[in-house]
Amino acid sequence: MKQLDLRRFPGFFAITLLCVVVLYAPLLVVSVYSFNASTSITNWGGVSLEWYVDVFTGPESPKFQRAAMNSLIIAVLAGLCATLIATSAAVAMHRAGRFKGKTATFALINLPLMVPEVVTAVASLIFFTAIGFSGGVGTILLAHITFCIPFAYLPIAARMQSVPDSYEQAAMDLYATPWEAFRLILLPLMMPGIFSGFLLAFIISLDDFLITNFVKGAGVETLPTAIFGAVKQGIKPNIMAISTLMLGVSVVFVTLSWLIGRSGQAKT
Amino acid sequence: MAAMAPGGASSSEIYKGNASRLLLPTWVVIGVFLLVPVALMATYSFLTKEFRGGVIWEFSLAAYDQFFLDRGLFGDEPPRIEWTFITIFWRSIWQAGLATLLCLLIGFPTAWFIATREARMRTVWLLIVTVPYWVNLLIRTVSMKFLIRDEGPLNAMLLWSGLIDQPLGLINTNLAVQLGLFYSYLPFMVLPIYAAVERYDFALSEAAADLYAGRWTTLRLVILPVVKPGLIAGCILVFVPSLGAFLAPDLLGGAKSFMIGSLIEEQFKGAAGNWPFGAAAAMILMSIVMVVLLVYARSQTREAKA
Amino acid sequence: MTGTVINIDRVVKRFGTFTALHEVSLDIAENEFFTLLGPSGCGKTTLLRCIAGFEPVSGGQIRLHGEDIAPLPPFKRPVNTVFQHYALFPHMTVLENVMFGLQRLGWSVVDAEGRAKQALELVHLSQFLKRRPGQLSGGQQQRVALARALAPEPKVLLLDEPLSALDLKLRQAVRMELKQIQRETGIAFVFVTHDQEEALTMSDRIAVMSDGHVQQIGAPREIYEAPANRFVADFIGETNLIEVPVLGISDGMAEVSLPGGRALRCPTPLSRAVGQGVLSLRPERIDLCPASEADLTVIATDQVYLGTDIQLKAQLAGGQEMTVRLQNAEATRLPERGTEVGLKLEAGAARLLSA
Repeated sequence: MKQLDLRRFPGFFAITLLCVVVLYAPLLVVSVYSFNASTSITNWGGVSLEWYVDVFTGPESPKFQRAAMNSLIIAVLAGLCATLIATSAAVAMHRAGRFKGKTATFALINLPLMVPEVVTAVASLIFFTAIGFSGGVGTILLAHITFCIPFAYLPIAARMQSVPDSYEQAAMDLYATPWEAFRLILLPLMMPGIFSGFLLAFIISLDDFLITNFVKGAGVETLPTAIFGAVKQGIKPNIMAISTLMLGVSVVFVTLSWLIGRSGQAKT
Repeated sequence: MAAMAPGGASSSEIYKGNASRLLLPTWVVIGVFLLVPVALMATYSFLTKEFRGGVIWEFSLAAYDQFFLDRGLFGDEPPRIEWTFITIFWRSIWQAGLATLLCLLIGFPTAWFIATREARMRTVWLLIVTVPYWVNLLIRTVSMKFLIRDEGPLNAMLLWSGLIDQPLGLINTNLAVQLGLFYSYLPFMVLPIYAAVERYDFALSEAAADLYAGRWTTLRLVILPVVKPGLIAGCILVFVPSLGAFLAPDLLGGAKSFMIGSLIEEQFKGAAGNWPFGAAAAMILMSIVMVVLLVYARSQTREAKA
Repeated sequence: MTGTVINIDRVVKRFGTFTALHEVSLDIAENEFFTLLGPSGCGKTTLLRCIAGFEPVSGGQIRLHGEDIAPLPPFKRPVNTVFQHYALFPHMTVLENVMFGLQRLGWSVVDAEGRAKQALELVHLSQFLKRRPGQLSGGQQQRVALARALAPEPKVLLLDEPLSALDLKLRQAVRMELKQIQRETGIAFVFVTHDQEEALTMSDRIAVMSDGHVQQIGAPREIYEAPANRFVADFIGETNLIEVPVLGISDGMAEVSLPGGRALRCPTPLSRAVGQGVLSLRPERIDLCPASEADLTVIATDQVYLGTDIQLKAQLAGGQEMTVRLQNAEATRLPERGTEVGLKLEAGAARLLSA
């Protein structure tokens, strides 16, 4: 008799494959068409790099380069700020024992995840308008820091949970001051979590379109808002080249964070 | 670091007095840039609209009135229920619900398949399924639009193969929006289910088989009930962002698939801007989401107690 | 010399409304292997953490060489701990772990490295300096933890059930080694365990604790042979506890009436007469004898073969269960189940305790 494998269900593998096809087909098609030599996006005219050249030297290139620069600066700054804030919050939530308002604080940290994005966008627009603040990149940065906090917090808190406080106790037993116990023991052990937290916050910031579109000052664009504006007038091949470049950046980042996560695990 | 409290301290006590100092940045940033704005938005929904955007600081229920009641073109007829916006909300709930169902139907088998691989392959499969999520949402949505356009590669391929003799006409339909939402949020479904299946004790399946349950009976009566928390978590994680989604309906849908996100966006961007009305619509959306999350949280605590 | 290194004076520890330590007082001498023994939840680990400085005391004083150390944080106490699960820093090598405390004390890298290597030599781990804790076996990790805590030459070394994570064979080997290291270094060890065998084999003195009270302090032999109360008699080793009427007490000796009517003189910690007491009878100090010479008469109910010993289960006339341990000699003859057997109490078998 054939052995009954209770883990296997007929058709599940096919569905998984379908799932992968659906997930990758659009990205693959766009990447392929970004190398299309034809100016029409419909017909295939042979392989060429002309749209990549266009991205860097074409008439629209200054606009996109400025937008890309904005995106990058905002993502780095928002990621750094959110990671700092989240690290300090994670230390308080996991090391300060019980204190008044802990549950409320936990809810507050996760609030940006619970409020729908479009609501956050509207609320931020109203707030910045009401206080008369239209700092261009400034408003975007503040909004991004806010909604990046829970994303940075998640991996950091998860990591902290797996670091028992007996390590710090052992350090203090061996004459380390609280500050040394933090700097020499807790911080290095938290580092993989902090790094993942930063990467996550960075990517989330880079990804955001809706909130940015609401709060950005006049004439200020990030890459997503610039692309959205361009796409509204139809998908052009240079957009596909930009998309493919961004796709590549994303893949590099995911691989990087995966490798770091793995090395962090291997060490402990 | 602050001075030690006398009498020695456990390591948690190093930070004990400092919780508020460590949390201050979080409180300030999220408080000032999210809590206060949401409160302000709630206030705005009860103010009078200023033409050309903004508000006049005068209390008014006009926004909610306009949302729910139809008083005729000149506002002098007896109020009837205004269906326009309720329909948009209902459609959004429906669309988000269908996208969630689609995610569940595809996501569960996928998560199951991945979780039953050997450890090394699991990581690889998980990576395969999650990598697209890290690609910019706008780019993914644009790619989907490019793929399923009438002149796009999908139709070209199907026409060329002779399976169809005219384009599917998928773009600008509700189905396209659902597909886009599915594409946007699928990993949110797969990951919590995967976590639940990974913890699943296969001795339960063996026990079921021992007690004469077939494969599918075991799935229905044992596996699904046991991994249910994962299924529900996945559904919430897909449904909530789908409900207020903007990009998928805006880029993939047509006039008939207009959703809440676009309705709200219009009030703040378009020429027909009406801030109090937009704030009111956002309030209603947030209320729906909060109700869903509250029901979920309560069922969780009830489960934890049981 | 045998001065007092640690003096614990009426220490109280409360967690909210729960009192973990009720005015615990004890002294630990220099060069001593001192064990805190008790069931889980008795307060032994809490007391250890109070000495280390991880738990502030709610009352009383802890003195190190006569100086109150209660106000000092753990990193200012010349006391080191071997943690239950070792708490070796996973991101540092073995050598870095052992150097850690020395460097915090301001030693130069060269000096710290020298001392750390010495400490690792003491525990026979010199070949693993560059490894990470994760690459070592449980027994090796335990040695690193020991070396790390010993390197700064603390006045007192605290050990929190350090053998509990090891398997049986290893545990027995490490016991002897720990004892030897304690003798070599001359540092006072305060060892926490719930395992009485561990306590009896290694300690110079043992404090038996339960419910936040010290029940008895004494050398292993004293604790075993002269338990101060019913809890200690029952917790350390095996015993039969039988309620008996007390006829009289004088000069540490009691006269009691055994079931069946015979009178018995036995030692007791009690000083004044009580109507009723509990007689503790060690099973290995009871022997079989003809009915005419018997102190007690029982009915044999069952026997358990233990290899070196044979355990005889029996019942007194009142229905109370008794256990007798007989050496498994070739001549050992066991009574049939259900037959009447006479029992003789050897010297030191019985001790009268308060009910």
